[in-house]
Amino acid sequence: MEKWRATTNLRRSLKSILNRQLKFRYLNGKRSCQSSFNLIRDCKSLGQVNAIQHRCFSSASTLVQRNPSFSTLNSDDISYFKGLLGEKSVIQDEDRLETVNTDWMHKYKGSSKLLLLPRSTEEVAQILRYCNSRCLAVVPQGGNTGLVGGSVPVFDEVIVNVSSMNNIISFDKVSGILVCEAGCILENLISFLDNQGFIMPLDLGAKGSCQIGGNVSTNAGGLRLVRYGSLHGNVLGLEAVLANGDVLDMLGTLRKDNTGYDLKHLFIGSEGSLGIVTKVSILTPPKLSSVNIAFLACNDYSSCQKLLMEAKRKLGEILSAFEFLDTEAMNLVLHQLDGVRNPLPASMHNFYILIETTGSDESYNREKLEAFLLSSMEGGLISDGVLAQDINQASSFWRIREGVPEALMKAGAVYKYDLSLPVEKMYDLVDDMRIRLGDLATVVGYGHLGDGNLHLNVSAPEYDDKILEQIEPYVYEWTSKHRGSISAEHGLGLMKANKIYYSKSTETVQTMASIKKLLDPNGILNPYKVLPHSLNS
Amino acid sequence: MKIMVAVKRVVDYAVKIRIKPDKSGVETQNVKMSMNPFCEIALEEALKIKESGLAKEVIAVTMGPSNCVDTLRTGLAMGADRGIHVEAARDLVPLSVAKVLKKLVEVENPGLLILGKQAIDDDCNQTGQMIAALLGWPQGTFASKVVLDKEKQVATVDREVDGGLETLCLDLPAVITTDLRLNQPRYATLPNIMKAKSKPIKKYTPEELNVKIKSDLEVVQVTEPPKRKAGVILSSVDELIDKLKNEAHVI
Repeated sequence: MEKWRATTNLRRSLKSILNRQLKFRYLNGKRSCQSSFNLIRDCKSLGQVNAIQHRCFSSASTLVQRNPSFSTLNSDDISYFKGLLGEKSVIQDEDRLETVNTDWMHKYKGSSKLLLLPRSTEEVAQILRYCNSRCLAVVPQGGNTGLVGGSVPVFDEVIVNVSSMNNIISFDKVSGILVCEAGCILENLISFLDNQGFIMPLDLGAKGSCQIGGNVSTNAGGLRLVRYGSLHGNVLGLEAVLANGDVLDMLGTLRKDNTGYDLKHLFIGSEGSLGIVTKVSILTPPKLSSVNIAFLACNDYSSCQKLLMEAKRKLGEILSAFEFLDTEAMNLVLHQLDGVRNPLPASMHNFYILIETTGSDESYNREKLEAFLLSSMEGGLISDGVLAQDINQASSFWRIREGVPEALMKAGAVYKYDLSLPVEKMYDLVDDMRIRLGDLATVVGYGHLGDGNLHLNVSAPEYDDKILEQIEPYVYEWTSKHRGSISAEHGLGLMKANKIYYSKSTETVQTMASIKKLLDPNGILNPYKVLPHSLNS
Repeated sequence: MKIMVAVKRVVDYAVKIRIKPDKSGVETQNVKMSMNPFCEIALEEALKIKESGLAKEVIAVTMGPSNCVDTLRTGLAMGADRGIHVEAARDLVPLSVAKVLKKLVEVENPGLLILGKQAIDDDCNQTGQMIAALLGWPQGTFASKVVLDKEKQVATVDREVDGGLETLCLDLPAVITTDLRLNQPRYATLPNIMKAKSKPIKKYTPEELNVKIKSDLEVVQVTEPPKRKAGVILSSVDELIDKLKNEAHVI
C-alpha cells in the first residue's frame, strides 16, 4: 500500500532514515520489515557497533502510532529546561542522544531530541509539572539495561535520566536499612554495603550498570530471590514524583507500618508508568561470611527438579541461589566469551545446576553442602560436580551463568522470553520449541529454577520473520495454558505491552487502566508501554 | 618418585582485607580462608607430573594450627595422595618452615619439592630458596614451565625473570617454586572430595621433628597505605598554571 512512500524515504540521508525507521513504519502502519531491515544492516558501517544486529520491529500487532495529543518540543521548552536545570543537564547532542535512545540489546531505538539530567527530586518534580502542563511525553530512564524496551523512547518522548541522583542518603548499621537516591548503581551499593558488613537483597548480571530506581520500578528479581524474596518485601519505602509534579514522600524506614493503603507497591513494578521513583529505602541483609558454591551436572530435567526439592529440604535456610542452564547455553558461553572454562570438561552434560549457600558458620555449612552433594550423587541425581575452593573459583562459576545473556548477544540475533512456569512443565516448553524451530535456530534454556523462572532464548545468526512466526504467539499461548506468567521478571515494557491478557484477566487490566488514568490523566509517563494500546484513549 | 608439595592457608585472594584495630596485623576472624593461589598451582603441577607417569605419589604438607587441615583436605580433593600436618602456632616465618620441611624431606625422601613462589599474606618469596640451600638441592624458582626427564633424572625449568625467560636444567632431587603462568589449577570434583575423606593425614609436632621454632622477626605495626586523595577538576588553563606554580611549585 505505502511502498512508494517507503522508496521515497529511502532516498533521503541514511542517518535520518535510521532515526525515522521505526517512526515511519508506525505512521504508515505497514510492515516493510525486509527492506528496512536490510537498510539497517547497511547502516552498520555508519559507526555503529559491529556484530550487533539493529532490529526492526516484532509482530504487526505491536505496531503503534504516535499519540497525536502529545505536543512536540519547541525552543521555549528547551529554554525553560535550561533555566531550570542549567546548561550541563540539558543534552541535545546527537551522539549522546544516540546512546540513550537505544536499549541495551540494540533492539529498540527511539528518536528523542532531548535528554534531561535532574540532580534532585525538586528538579524532577518541576520537569514533570512542566511536561504535564505542556502535554509532553516523558520516558524515565536509569541504567538503560531493561530487556523489553521499557527504558527508551518509542518516538520523541523527553528522556528524564536520574543517573545524576546517585547519593547514598543514610545507612543504619543496626537495622541494615539503606536510604539512597534512585540513580545509585547497584554494584556501587553492593560495594558500599560490603564495607559495612551487609549485602543488597538483589543481585543481577547487569549490576555494573543498572540503577536501584530502575530495579525498584521494574521489581527486578535476580539471582538471590530464592533466599531474600522480591523487592516488594525488601523495599520499606520510596519517594516518587507523579505526572503532575506532586511528590509522594513514602520514604519510610519502618519494618511495620499499617497506616492506610500501601501505595509504594503500585510503583514497584509499574515500570515508570505511574510515577518516577526518586529515592528508595531498602532493607539489607547482613553479609554472612560463609559462601559456598557448587557447579553440578544432571542427566535429565526430572533430576534437576528432584535436586531442587532435595536442596530446599536439606540445605534449607542456607540455600541462596539455585540456577540452571542447559547444554546449549553452556556451549554458547564457552564459545563466545573469553576466559571462561568448563568446570566439568569430562563430557558435555545435558543440564548444569549452580547451587550457592550462604551462612555464618564456614565448617558447618561446608559439611552440610558436601553431605547434600554426596548423597545426591549416590542417589543418582547428579552425574558430576565440582565445589569451589576459593572466591576466584566461585566467581568463575557465576561468570558462566551470568554470561549467558552476553554470549547470546554476541552470537547474533536473539529472541528473548522470560516466563514463569510450574517447575515440572518448564523444560517441556524448551523441547517443544526445539521441535517447532528445527534447524532454523538454536533454542537455549536457562534461568532461576529455584523460582520457577525460565529464560527461553532463541538464537539465530540473523533476525528472520519465519523464526518469529514459529515462536509468537505459540510461546505466550503455551504459557497461558499452564497459567504461567509471560514476563516473570523482565516486565512488559514495549515488547509485551499488548500481551498482558495472556496472564491477567480483562477486569484486572481494566482496573490497572483506571489507576493509570487516575495518577497520570494525560498519560505522559512512559506511554505506549506496560498496558495494551487499545486502552489508551 | 614421590613429590612433596607445601601448601599454605591464607586469607582468600579476593577478600578485601582489613587491619585489626590494634594494628597488630590483618583481621582473619570470620574471613574466608583458602589455599594460597601459588600453592594451588604447585599442587596442580605435581598432579600433572604424577598423571604423566613420572611420579607415583604426591604428598601435600602444611604447617600451622588445626584449621590448616582444611587446606590439606582441599589438596587431597584436588588429587594428592596423602597429607602431612605439622601442628604449630600461627605465623611461622619462612626459615622455620624451611627447617621443618628439611626434616620431612629426610623422612619421606621425595625426588621433587614444589612450592608456590610466595604466599599472598606475607609476600616473602623466601621458603623455596631457603629449603634448597638447607638441603643443598638445586632450585628453579618462578617456574613458568617444567619438563621432567626420568632417565636422565633432570628437570628443565623455564623461569620468569625480569629480562624475560631463563631456562635451567636441574639435577633431581630439586626444589621448584611456581609462578602464575605455569598452569591452571583444577577444580575439586565431587568424586575426588568423596575419596579425600579417606586419605590419610599424618600429624607431626616440631618437637617430634627436632626443630626449634623461633622467630627472629617481630611485627611492630601493620598500617594501611595512605588513602588516595581525590583529584580536583579545574575549569581553565589559567587555573592549571596558577596551581602548578603556586601550589605544586613545579613551574
